[in-house]
Amino acid sequence: MSTVKELTKGFVKENPVFVMALGMCPTLAVTTSVENAIGMGLAATFVLICSNIIISLIKNLIPSKIRIPCYIVVIASFVTIVDMAMHAYVPALHKSLGLFIPLIVVNCIILGRAEAFASKNNVFKSMLDGIGMGLGFTLALVVLGSIREVLGAGQFLGMNVLPEAYRNLPMLAAILAPGAFLTLGLLMGLMEIFKKKQ
Amino acid sequence: MQFIGSMFTLAIMSIFVSNFVLSRFLGLCPYIGVSKKLDSAVGMGMAVIFVMTLASTITWLIQYYLLVPNNLGYLQTIAFILTIAALVQFVEMVIQKMAPALYKSLGVFLPLITTNCAVLGVSILNITEEYTFIGSVMNGFFSGVGFTLVLVLMAGIRERLEQAEVPVTMKGMPIALIVAGCMALAFGGFAGFKI
Repeated sequence: MSTVKELTKGFVKENPVFVMALGMCPTLAVTTSVENAIGMGLAATFVLICSNIIISLIKNLIPSKIRIPCYIVVIASFVTIVDMAMHAYVPALHKSLGLFIPLIVVNCIILGRAEAFASKNNVFKSMLDGIGMGLGFTLALVVLGSIREVLGAGQFLGMNVLPEAYRNLPMLAAILAPGAFLTLGLLMGLMEIFKKKQ
Repeated sequence: MQFIGSMFTLAIMSIFVSNFVLSRFLGLCPYIGVSKKLDSAVGMGMAVIFVMTLASTITWLIQYYLLVPNNLGYLQTIAFILTIAALVQFVEMVIQKMAPALYKSLGVFLPLITTNCAVLGVSILNITEEYTFIGSVMNGFFSGVGFTLVLVLMAGIRERLEQAEVPVTMKGMPIALIVAGCMALAFGGFAGFKI
């Protein structure tokens, strides 16, 4: 029972973006389209799972005073791997995410999970936690990205979903910076309403 | 004269047009997290300007005198983040020793800056946009100023917001994000500005 719980807690109940408000920079910056959102989400998920596994393996070897720099080195190594792999296999996506791939290093979700979970739990649980939190992050990005892409371009994953008349004159603000803040603000308000009802 | 002109352009560009927080989406965690009180926003802003300028200087030197000659470009991310972490720790110790009063007002914010993506962001941007050494240092400084400007503005608004009647579900984070959205709209007016 508890294994399922470790896996699913990241989806809604402890969603890193909507509930804990972590990792805001990539959340707002890359969700201009669903494709970018999925790419970013999966890249961060990979780093999160790997770093959680490694950190929970070496947690007893690290002196507690210098644990944060140690975690950062582990995370930065995996980010470099992801960066190079994406550059080789999906160059277009790599280009549109740009600066935000190396910046996965300072994504507070990853360091936060390392400190709060992986450094206290065994490897299996840490891996599940990484998968759950990573997918929760991806889910949040995709929700945000869908709303912004549909409103701002009339498309979903590059396919036209709204009539041409709308696509010719879309709500551009949704794709620009203000739309990111407003959409996330309203979504967080909605989450509050759901929490109150439960 | 031309030098002053180009510096002025750089200042306007990095403070207003491509503001770090509102148009590049960097450094949002402190922007939302530390903007509840005006005093702490000013303290955080000063610490960030200081660290960003220093980090731009040092990471530029590391990139061009250590990584590029030795063909180690792929270590950029690791090298930069370690430098920044060490730098922040070092600055903290120096300030604590030299200026205890300053340490008292900045102290709590310094450790937070390591994971502020604006610092790593500006270091990487300096390299990808191929700034010269002086350009990088100035870019670091002015980007920090831009960050501080919106942080302090936001803190001023949020202090007022405390007294406002906000719907219960929108209290806290959601309304802060809506305010940020309105600020981004206002700063959107600078977009496309060219000198």
